[in-house]
Amino acid sequence: MYSEKVMDHFSHPRNVGELPNPDGVGQVGNPVCGDIMRVEIKVDDGIISDIRFKTFGCGAAIATSSMATEMVKGKTLVEALEVSNKAVAEALDGLPPQKMHCSNLAASAVHAAIKDYLEKHGDLDLGIDPASIRIEEHGHDEPEE
Amino acid sequence: MNRIYLDNAATTPVRREVFEAMVPYLTDKFGNPSSIHSYGREARAALDRAREQVATAIGATPEEIIFTAGGSEADNLAIKGTALSMRGRKSHVITSAVEHHAVLHPVEALEKLGFSTTVLPVDSEGMVDPDDVRRAITPETFLISIMYANNEVGTIQPIEEISQIAREAGVLFHTDAVQAVGHIPVDVGSLGVDMLSLSGHKFYGPKGVGALYVRRGVRPTPLLEGGAQERKRRAGTENMAGIVGMGAAIELAVGELEEMLACEEMLRDKLIRGLIQRIPDVKLNGHPTRRLPNNVNISFLYVEGESLLLNLDMQGIAASSGSACTSGSLAPSHVLIAMGIPHEVAHGSVRMTLGRYTQEADIDKVLNVMPGIVDKLREMSPVYVKTECGIKDICAQAHACDVAQPCGE
Ligand SMILES: Cc1ncc(COP(=O)(O)O)c(C=O)c1O
Ligand code: FES
Repeated sequence: MYSEKVMDHFSHPRNVGELPNPDGVGQVGNPVCGDIMRVEIKVDDGIISDIRFKTFGCGAAIATSSMATEMVKGKTLVEALEVSNKAVAEALDGLPPQKMHCSNLAASAVHAAIKDYLEKHGDLDLGIDPASIRIEEHGHDEPEE
Repeated sequence: MNRIYLDNAATTPVRREVFEAMVPYLTDKFGNPSSIHSYGREARAALDRAREQVATAIGATPEEIIFTAGGSEADNLAIKGTALSMRGRKSHVITSAVEHHAVLHPVEALEKLGFSTTVLPVDSEGMVDPDDVRRAITPETFLISIMYANNEVGTIQPIEEISQIAREAGVLFHTDAVQAVGHIPVDVGSLGVDMLSLSGHKFYGPKGVGALYVRRGVRPTPLLEGGAQERKRRAGTENMAGIVGMGAAIELAVGELEEMLACEEMLRDKLIRGLIQRIPDVKLNGHPTRRLPNNVNISFLYVEGESLLLNLDMQGIAASSGSACTSGSLAPSHVLIAMGIPHEVAHGSVRMTLGRYTQEADIDKVLNVMPGIVDKLREMSPVYVKTECGIKDICAQAHACDVAQPCGE
């Protein structure tokens, strides 16, 4: 059910772990749904110079985390904010439909980390208003039982 | 790669002997058992014999067996068929929260038709309390349906006690014994049930064939109408090869039941004990002793079930999980949630169900690879906080230690 790319990123995830002194940290998801992603970034001159993730979740959750970190590493914050959850899924040659909803949050975790960085470094003027960054969370329609 | 199949609760392979018994009814002996010529007669004889094999295996008489297209149809017939026969007279059905969907969904369908239903809770080990059944019965109750053994966690329900309560109240009692038949002793007489569902592919017979035992005198309204097959209780030309296969399979399974049960239990306990010893923060789901001999269901805290399954699959090990991620819905297994297991723990559950082809070496392999897989996923998990062990400096197994846990335990 998963593409070869998903399986590759799942079995050999890139950028797993934590950074010693991250400049920004973002976490999305919740354990009730079965997916949590945490992303830590290092920022130099407005560029994501290093990135690590930790993910609790299914194969798709781990693969999207790995792919998202790979896609934004070395990019400017502005470029990284343009990487969407959908783009991550496409870079993995797609995800099964039922996974698009819940497990595809890695780009959101990256955005949350950037937001955290901008909020902590409010004195820097990078031309991005952290308040304008919308973090796509789980689109739960039904209330939890 | 040598593959290891630990998903026998999902389905089992058709035994060689069973396959061979089936083949003639697809080829040379293709007759329709309703025909009067010799082709028909040889098919009829095989049908009668299979019915006798199934009846004997569960302590019933042949007339009490209705062949169906599987366990789901048997459950539907018991529930919807009984409701149809009671329509206008009684209106209330009782079941439990841990039933298979083949029971829960028909019960929900009845609700939409105007019947009232009670779905009983279970305790943390998945057991229904017979007193709850007693208290739920009203003058309107006509049917209680409680499964014999749970397909996810293996918990075996107190069927005799519940059937006695049902009998005293004059209420019909159905049990879904799909996971029990061929694995633990099933005798409709001593269980005291009015209806019982079974399914061929759970005991090394073919898929798409099952049966409903219906005690003499009980008459659920047929769901399939047409020809006079199955004494007008289930129309349609019989699935001859399937039925013959199921007959052969149930006879073989019941014949070697004791031996298999002891063997499976031994391997099951080795697997459970081994995982608990080797991996910190694991939890056995289900009842510790009132449990199917082939069922292991364990939650590995801080990791997610599907990731575990994919990693096991890469090692050639086939298992299943109660995680939402494998089912395509958001909520994890309704069984684990009904047992009060927190969502995040339910997400980390893995079910391994053994079978007659499971070897001790297979269990050893699982015990060898599982700690590494869990460790790898926990290293990746943002919810896992590794605690340093207090005696790490002096410990011989420090390399394998994750949490503060005294050596040698
Ligand atoms: C407890 C239980 N009931 C019913 C069924 C449905 O049986 P079948 O697959 O033969 O329709 C299954 C198995 O899938 C089961 O485990
Ligand atoms: S290092 Fe902790 S038990 Fe050995």
